[in-house]
Amino acid sequence: MACIEARALRKSYGTTVAVDGVDLRVEEGRILGLIGPNGAGKTTALNAILGLTPYEGELKVLGRDPWTARDQLMRDVSFIADVAVLPRWIRVSQAVDYVAGVHPRFDRAKAEGFLAKTTIRRTSKVRELSKGMVAQLHLALVMAIDARLLVLDEPTLGLDILFRKQFYDSLLNDYFDRTRTIVVTTHQVEEIQDVLTDLMFIDRGRIVLNCSMEEFEARYVELAVSPDHLAAARAFKPIHERQVFGRSILLFDHGDRQQLAALGDVRAPSIADVFVAVMGNQSAAAQGAAR
Amino acid sequence: MTTPSNAVPESLNQQGIDAQRIALAPLSATRPLYWSIRREIWENRSIYIGPLVAAAVCILGFLVSLIGLPRSMYDASAHHMSPTGMLAMPYAHVAWVLILTAFLVGIFYSLDALYGERRDRSILFWKSLPVSDFTTVLAKACIPLVALPLITFVVTVALQLIMLLLSAAVLLLTGAGAATMWARLPFFQMEFVLLYGLIVLALWHAPLYAWLLLVSGWARRAAFLWAFLPVLAIGAFERIAFRTSHFGRLLQDRLMGFAPDAFAFHTPDGLPVDPHFIPVAALTPGRFLGTPGLWIGLIFAAIFLAAAVRLRRYREPI
Repeated sequence: MACIEARALRKSYGTTVAVDGVDLRVEEGRILGLIGPNGAGKTTALNAILGLTPYEGELKVLGRDPWTARDQLMRDVSFIADVAVLPRWIRVSQAVDYVAGVHPRFDRAKAEGFLAKTTIRRTSKVRELSKGMVAQLHLALVMAIDARLLVLDEPTLGLDILFRKQFYDSLLNDYFDRTRTIVVTTHQVEEIQDVLTDLMFIDRGRIVLNCSMEEFEARYVELAVSPDHLAAARAFKPIHERQVFGRSILLFDHGDRQQLAALGDVRAPSIADVFVAVMGNQSAAAQGAAR
Repeated sequence: MTTPSNAVPESLNQQGIDAQRIALAPLSATRPLYWSIRREIWENRSIYIGPLVAAAVCILGFLVSLIGLPRSMYDASAHHMSPTGMLAMPYAHVAWVLILTAFLVGIFYSLDALYGERRDRSILFWKSLPVSDFTTVLAKACIPLVALPLITFVVTVALQLIMLLLSAAVLLLTGAGAATMWARLPFFQMEFVLLYGLIVLALWHAPLYAWLLLVSGWARRAAFLWAFLPVLAIGAFERIAFRTSHFGRLLQDRLMGFAPDAFAFHTPDGLPVDPHFIPVAALTPGRFLGTPGLWIGLIFAAIFLAAAVRLRRYREPI
């Protein structure tokens, strides 16, 4: 069964279309990165998936309609929204008690175990914790829930690099077990490149790219070329070109690695580079269409 | 990355959790409600601090009044003028103070209940847990309708007990009529009437609290104004347009109208009942339950709460 299945998913606020007819299928056991510029509709799409916002079109999450069955869905889904949303008045011990009280699949010992690795005191209130500690607390609560789908919307926003690294490490080592599904959005694309199994670019409410990481690696190739081979390389129709230290870096979609290798250094591009290329072409196309 | 060797213990673990889930299933209906109510009390400590502070003020006032107690006991035994009413007066007064405190706490609580969680964005956290909007709104409605009356009752009984013991001590020391007081102050009857009064009040005021909860879930800002200005506007419009004040009387009835239906203020022989001490015989629960106003109010309360549940589904942080 697909974990998330959407057909013609659409959501508009007044005249602004946030999600514009998205078809989507996320299988169980995948780690999907949802990448897009600000205002692309990522959070709106996630809110629809989590039952936080009404939508048009068809959407099933773990076989349920999230809008009408949010409370049942939340037994199998957990999420961390884009900023720390733990109430500031709550004590750490109260937060653990409450989640243990209302969530049938919460493992208290597991949460205590995660918290023991931090410097968070049980008697502290959330307002007394640092930003990183609040995120750690939220993560400890969420990772102790035996959920089938975990949704993370900018989970590491505003956290230092050490903590971000730790976050994704513990997500992979302590949480992900190949049966769970994780959907994550972030602007720090390079940090999740090795974590993802699937990748989706979203822009202006539409899916621009949707592929597995294997497909991504097979499809995109980057070539660093010196000026004398530039013209020959350009003949292969790169989708993007940039200059680094006097050499040109060309990005190819479905490029022939052997032919390209003869012209310069071939390497795997980062998600960030492909993102810039694909999004740049998108907005150029959009501007062209507008004219 | 997880290695395939992890697969076996993982699936065992899965079975264990499934078994645990089955065991928890029958409990799950009331557990979220219970924890949601606890969570409200954690957040809004005024629910019990308010009545406790009011009780402390009452105790202080009562301590000062004790100086004059032997004298008034003497008067009471000398003149035989409604001694029970006179003796019961301070007890009735503290009960009224606590009821009024609970009313105010309930109003401010209800106005913030569904507004505060959107303002501090914590609604996203609450909605990430398997607690339905119905359970959440029900838990919030339980605070003014169940928790506050219960706390008021417990605090008032404790307070009145302390007052009784203090006055007994003073009277024993001065030797002025401790026996008269014990004989003429029917403590248990007083507490029973208090409990009855609190239940009557909660049922009668239910639509008021439900309205405030609805506004708190609806308003994007200034929930207080949204709750009270429309009411004022309707009253003012009626007054100016038709020179009548039916709406005002309706509101007054909603605030105080329970009294003539829930209590008999005249004995069967036509004598007035001292409002400081209402005997059990003066309670008229049958008449109260037969009042259309009670049921109309409860229907409105149910409509307001249902609307608040529906509204919360659409609500996002503000």
